[in-house]
Amino acid sequence: MISIQKVSKIYPSRTNQEPTCALDNVSFDVGEKEFVSIVGRSGAGKTTLLKLILANETPSKGNVIFGGKDVHQIKKSQLSCLRQRIGVVFQDYKLFNSKTAHENVAYVMEVMGADEREIQRDVPQILDLVGLGDKANNFPDELSGGEKQRVGIARALIHRPDVILADEPTGNLDPYHTHGIIELLVKIYSMGTTVILATHDKAVINKLGKRVITLENGKLIRDEEKGRFIC
Amino acid sequence: MLVSFRRIIKMGWKEFSRNMGLSMATIFIMTMVISLATMLFILNPVSKKIVSDVEKRVDVSVYFEEDALEQDIIDAKTEIARIPEVKEIEYISKDQALEIFIDKHKDDPVLIESLTELGYNPFFASLNIKAWSPSQYEQVANLLETGSFKDIISKVDYYQRKSVVEKVFALTDGVNNIGLFLSVILGLIAILIAFNTVRIAIYNSEEEIATMRLVGASNSFVRGPFIVQGIVIGSIAALITFVITFALSYGLDVRLSSLAPEISIFNIFLSNLFLLLLIQLAVGIGLGVISSCIAIRKYLRI
Repeated sequence: MISIQKVSKIYPSRTNQEPTCALDNVSFDVGEKEFVSIVGRSGAGKTTLLKLILANETPSKGNVIFGGKDVHQIKKSQLSCLRQRIGVVFQDYKLFNSKTAHENVAYVMEVMGADEREIQRDVPQILDLVGLGDKANNFPDELSGGEKQRVGIARALIHRPDVILADEPTGNLDPYHTHGIIELLVKIYSMGTTVILATHDKAVINKLGKRVITLENGKLIRDEEKGRFIC
Repeated sequence: MLVSFRRIIKMGWKEFSRNMGLSMATIFIMTMVISLATMLFILNPVSKKIVSDVEKRVDVSVYFEEDALEQDIIDAKTEIARIPEVKEIEYISKDQALEIFIDKHKDDPVLIESLTELGYNPFFASLNIKAWSPSQYEQVANLLETGSFKDIISKVDYYQRKSVVEKVFALTDGVNNIGLFLSVILGLIAILIAFNTVRIAIYNSEEEIATMRLVGASNSFVRGPFIVQGIVIGSIAALITFVITFALSYGLDVRLSSLAPEISIFNIFLSNLFLLLLIQLAVGIGLGVISSCIAIRKYLRI
């Protein structure tokens, strides 16, 4: 489904210093209905990798293939079609502050041209699924961190994407909420959606017992089917 | 397509009403900008009226010898009227000149008394000539001095007034040029202020715009609600300005009527009512939409 082929990403320096190498010749494949965790310290290149899949960054070398297409050969005007096949969960939630929880989730369906009846049927269902059925009309600043992230997950999930990219979704949450969010991602995976989770949370990875790709200084150093977080 | 269009309008309206503080601030700035455009629109006919009033007061007077026959003067008038540069010509006989003088100075007993003591009519018959444009007066004056009737002319009252006439026209030209210059400068300032206000408003949404793109929204779906907001803000600002203009022009008219009765700002407002509303809406909506489009372009590159 996703193929990362010899991808490097080098950020040029703005102050005449050495350019930063965020990813160095990274290659791996992610199949359909797979749960993959990408782990590594801060700055290891996890977020850059997800940005490359989302075509939010362009690789300095190599190719990122999604559904048989090189995502960086897709025209800017067609990028929205690619992104509609992906659900994204951000560490800092990135909710629309002037929209309610319901409207935040409905936005993605509206973008895709879903009709009003569908929206009214699906959004409450997904909010119930993430345990926020009673907070549908609350604005993001009326929600806790965990609730915000659950709205973020509902938004990523509502249009039944082929894959969910979760970039440090528990980074801003306490252990109690972390557990809830990871359980939710596993639930989504068990319903047949590919999940790529970027995290540096050792406890989360060790508990999952699924495929783990470890990055260090931009290099892929480990790719294990039932991996653990090894520093 | 229609569903998206309806959604974009709904989203734009919601964004506008939920960010009331920012919307009001933008409306306030837009109102000032449209007021400025309106002021320039209204002041333009006012300054033109003042300039044309001044120009109307300028003419060339030809005074005839005391013994010149009235028929000769009328013949001269017919001949002068044939000069293409002449727009208007008026004959004032000796008696009319006396009447005008008495009427003008009836409140000044010393002047009237000295005229009575003089015992005869000291005024000359004259022709008042108006040219089509200020630059033609010199030509007209030259033609008068070389015409067949030059022997009965006592004096052409142009050379004496030449410097004053030239100064008046230099001044009216100056007023027009300064008006044009100020219009351009103020217009540019107004556009920049409006543009920057909208830009700051959109800058607050920079991160949200990026997120919209990342969750799969097309550029037009992201841009649409901002354009709708621009239209709503521009329209409200235009309507507020229209009401302010109505009240101000009425109020000013009452106060100015004693100073300059021939200039009625309220009449200018009334006779250009629809054009003015159209200009105000065009400036408001145009600035709102164009500023939104330019400001958002930068954030859509994701």
